[in-house]
Amino acid sequence: MKPRQKRVTLIAIASVLITSAIVIVLNVFNDNLVFFYSPSEILERNFDEESRQIRLGGMVVPDSVQRRSTDTTVSFQVTDNRNTIKVTYTGILPDLFREGKGVVVQGRFAENQMFVANQVLAKHDENYMPPEVAEILMEPKKGNTR
Amino acid sequence: MNLWTYSTPKSFFPLLTWVVPPIMLISSLFCIAGIYVGFFVAPTDFQQGEVYRIIFIHVPSAWMSMFLYLVIVFWCLIGLIFNTRLSFMMAKSLAPTGAIMTIIALWTGALWGKPTWGTWWVWDARLTSELLLFFLYLGYILLGIAIDDQKKSDRITAILAMIGGVNIPVIYFSVEWWNTLHQGASISLTAAPKMANSMLLGIGLMSISFWMYAVGASFCRLRTSILLREKDAGWLRDADGSY
Repeated sequence: MKPRQKRVTLIAIASVLITSAIVIVLNVFNDNLVFFYSPSEILERNFDEESRQIRLGGMVVPDSVQRRSTDTTVSFQVTDNRNTIKVTYTGILPDLFREGKGVVVQGRFAENQMFVANQVLAKHDENYMPPEVAEILMEPKKGNTR
Repeated sequence: MNLWTYSTPKSFFPLLTWVVPPIMLISSLFCIAGIYVGFFVAPTDFQQGEVYRIIFIHVPSAWMSMFLYLVIVFWCLIGLIFNTRLSFMMAKSLAPTGAIMTIIALWTGALWGKPTWGTWWVWDARLTSELLLFFLYLGYILLGIAIDDQKKSDRITAILAMIGGVNIPVIYFSVEWWNTLHQGASISLTAAPKMANSMLLGIGLMSISFWMYAVGASFCRLRTSILLREKDAGWLRDADGSY
């Protein structure tokens, strides 16, 4: 083999080895790479038995947000359309916290299956459009308007 | 034209001396157009209001941070295979610009994250892998400075750059592979863009501007490193200040 071919072969073999090593590492640590768990994953894993902090992500159930009038405590439900978890949080919600939109809450389970959050983050989607377009898209369909 | 015409410092150098100002001019013009479209043409977003407009800096810089790393990996690969010293110089000249783009992406991301998500920073897969990219850039730059023997420096940093290259698909696909706080891609090769056309135009103009800036800035650096490295070479001495 010419020196150049030798170098190409060496580089190719090294790349394959390094890539596969990293793929294996990423797969093994998959659990730690997810930023949050869905309600279903949390219920399957029985996190409530431990008292460690976890992050729960999902959609805020429409019409589930209740604010206490005396302080800033809010309670709402987070769903992945299969399972729903009740969350309570005392503090200021991010601007983009909306019913029917994504949210990631960090906290732990208290008694009676209530998830007590100490941080609420809004997870917005990747769609950007002017309000007029959004209005048209979100308008409930009124028969055949075509 | 022979593909190899510009593969040696001697033949590439004259081009470098005049091409930078026009490239930077193009970059500035696209930047002005991009900022105009971003602020005055693109509509308000239905969810985020005006705050989303940081996208016109954030997305182009994030793209460039990943793209420039791929270009570095490409030149390192070429350098290792063909033993061309200009390839390594090219790779090293790109690195500081790549690091700057990464910092801009992280910084504007933090500025955007606070009002929308409610936090400056989270350790999710997208943000963490982008931070790792910044450290890879720094490591690549510092390792190159630390090794005195030029040939050794070129080769070892090239290997580091190529190993770090695995991080690029991790950054790009992190939002698909794992649950992240960062949203998915709005613009991809495989799906229709999920944004209004004028927003797309703004991002496109800014991307061209950043791209041209990256070419211009790295050419400046490349010119300096050719002068430093080839100062004893005959061709440069013969030129006798005519460049």
